[in-house]
Amino acid sequence: MFSKGTKRKFSDGGEAISDESLLGARVASSYSLQRQSLLDMSLIKLQLCHMLVEPNLCRSVLIANTVRQIQEEMTHDGSWHMVTEAFCSAGQSPSERLVATEVLCRSREQDAEPKLFSVISYEGCREEEVVADETLCSVSVSNTVSNVCLAGRMGQCWEKSELSGVERDEEVLEDSRLGSGEDEEIATEDGASTESPKTIGQVFGTFEIKNGSPGPDSALEELFSDVDTSYYDLDTMLTGMQSAPKMGPYDLLDSLAPSHSSPSIVSTPNCRSDLNELDHIMEIIVGS
Amino acid sequence: ETPTTDSRKELPWISVTDIISTVEFNCSGELLATGDKGGRVVIFQREQESKNRLLSRGEYNVYSTFQSHEPEFDYLKSLEIEEKINKIRWLPQQNAAHFLLSANDKTIKLWKISERDKRAEGYNLKDEDGRLRDQFRITTLRVPVLMPMDLMVEASPRRIFANAHTYHINSISVNSDYETYLSADDLRINLWHLEITDRSFNIVDIKPANMEELTEVITAAECHPHQCNVFVYSSSKGTIRLCDTRAAALCDRHSKFFEEPEDPSSRSFFSEIISSISDVKFSHSGRYMMTRDYLSVKVWDLNMENRPVETYQVHEYLRSKLCSLYENDCIFDKFECCWNGSDSAIMTGSYNNFFRMFDRNTRRDITLEASRENSKPRAMLKPRKVCTGGKRKKDEISVDSLDFNKKILHTAWHPKENVIAVAATNNLYIFQDKIN
Repeated sequence: MFSKGTKRKFSDGGEAISDESLLGARVASSYSLQRQSLLDMSLIKLQLCHMLVEPNLCRSVLIANTVRQIQEEMTHDGSWHMVTEAFCSAGQSPSERLVATEVLCRSREQDAEPKLFSVISYEGCREEEVVADETLCSVSVSNTVSNVCLAGRMGQCWEKSELSGVERDEEVLEDSRLGSGEDEEIATEDGASTESPKTIGQVFGTFEIKNGSPGPDSALEELFSDVDTSYYDLDTMLTGMQSAPKMGPYDLLDSLAPSHSSPSIVSTPNCRSDLNELDHIMEIIVGS
Repeated sequence: ETPTTDSRKELPWISVTDIISTVEFNCSGELLATGDKGGRVVIFQREQESKNRLLSRGEYNVYSTFQSHEPEFDYLKSLEIEEKINKIRWLPQQNAAHFLLSANDKTIKLWKISERDKRAEGYNLKDEDGRLRDQFRITTLRVPVLMPMDLMVEASPRRIFANAHTYHINSISVNSDYETYLSADDLRINLWHLEITDRSFNIVDIKPANMEELTEVITAAECHPHQCNVFVYSSSKGTIRLCDTRAAALCDRHSKFFEEPEDPSSRSFFSEIISSISDVKFSHSGRYMMTRDYLSVKVWDLNMENRPVETYQVHEYLRSKLCSLYENDCIFDKFECCWNGSDSAIMTGSYNNFFRMFDRNTRRDITLEASRENSKPRAMLKPRKVCTGGKRKKDEISVDSLDFNKKILHTAWHPKENVIAVAATNNLYIFQDKIN
């Protein structure tokens, strides 16, 4: 039910890892695996449901509540760090689904750098665990998308492209360069729980047309100030960027609402011309 | 009492071109309306019982078909508004014409369905084709005469109640005063006067100031069948609120709050989702109400708020499959439920084209299937059984071989007789009780 061919990899390379912690991790990893899988599934559902022409609010609320529950539980038993273990030992997640969400996680703002990798929360992760055990090191580098974990940072994908996690590859870890590197931050537990309402909030959108968005006159804003624009942000999210919507080469993306840049015209999505280009980029990145 | 297929019809089902999204008998049971995903309404009328065939009941034939709603585009939000009919509710009949309300996600329309079986002939100023007569030819004055003609059933929109719902309408309910009705969307409930289309009263608003705090939505609402000041609405958290419109203009504060305490032993991540109420219906008596959540149907006494008086398991065998059903989105399916005329039995749908009926007095229940293969004319429907584990007996169906695409979400029971209408995707089945 939970797994779709996900296999646990266990490497017994004889690293100097604390056996107790690993054993404890394994015992709990089955439940946390399932829980993680459920979390991933929920996040994908939330993202995908915003791709539909009319998001079903009841469904979105129920899924968001489920995500919140899982996050609260994970935060409560301090198992955010288990996320990586479970995730790593589960092996590769189906990359197709996750790549699709990655593409959607592009920022609206033009100046933000496109992030082709997801974010992981490394709360409480101990260095020796990560360094020593190879199985735990199978997280992707910043330019691969095969291993991704959407640990509750979906909202960030939409609002700003700030990273809150760390991505390392094996070589980097073996060099014991954990902790240094780029400017990514490790999210705190508090950050996780306080940020999740905001995260959830992005699901339902905000009501005012964002002042930050380029273009709208103040007069125009005034004119529409009492209009409920709860779907406005969702829609912008849906179509990616305002000028050049980039979409992944997946069928489900074809059903996106027309590009938001021309709201008064029922225009066909102009994503197909970008598909080949994106495909090409993906191939390079994934290295396949 | 086991429903049987309609005796006279060759086939007990009627195919419509699109997925049926709502089914509703009118107050007398003479008419049966269906709405579909394409915005069409098809009304069936029961034939008068023939004297020759004493053992037969009238069968339902198509009476009128019309396009109720068209797809629209919301330019402001760049969203398409589906034409799918979410609900149909009949008004009580007050004259020769019939009136019904039909609602899609955003707009409610009042339709008048009237018959025309006479035509005026012998006009003075125009001839039979309708062309104006040459005035010089008119030498005498005559009174037009009404002549019989083939029956024509016309549907015309009399009122359009629009622009009052930001979110998707899930319920409409006609009040017992026959003057007002309510419409509910995910976050708000409005009260309308049937004559007034340019404004409505907002009587419930659960939208939080900050949408980030949204954790609960309205899933269904209904007016009390006798007390025109009372209505209920259900939520996605499994609660029902009964409100009194006399108490305040905005009924955000409930008069009664119905919720069953959760069983801590069965708590899971899906607990909330499966507790979400998909339908709420008052009994005809007005003393009880019934709610449908994902796995069960509950009957509540309006005088007891802390727990239901009866709980019926619809398909408990799905409890162990909740994760799969979450994955394929079936867990969000909204099943409806209905009472029979005497409130002694209730009915609701399930998967694999199964539907369930529960007798409240004998506590017996039955599972039946609405499918072409298993329904022969004049034959009694065979009870079905789902095998939950272990050895599967003959004629039983195992849980894993259930078809979750074949779901019966909409059922309706004749207000007086044992006639039921069951919508299975795009087929409408009408089953009648065998006369003994």
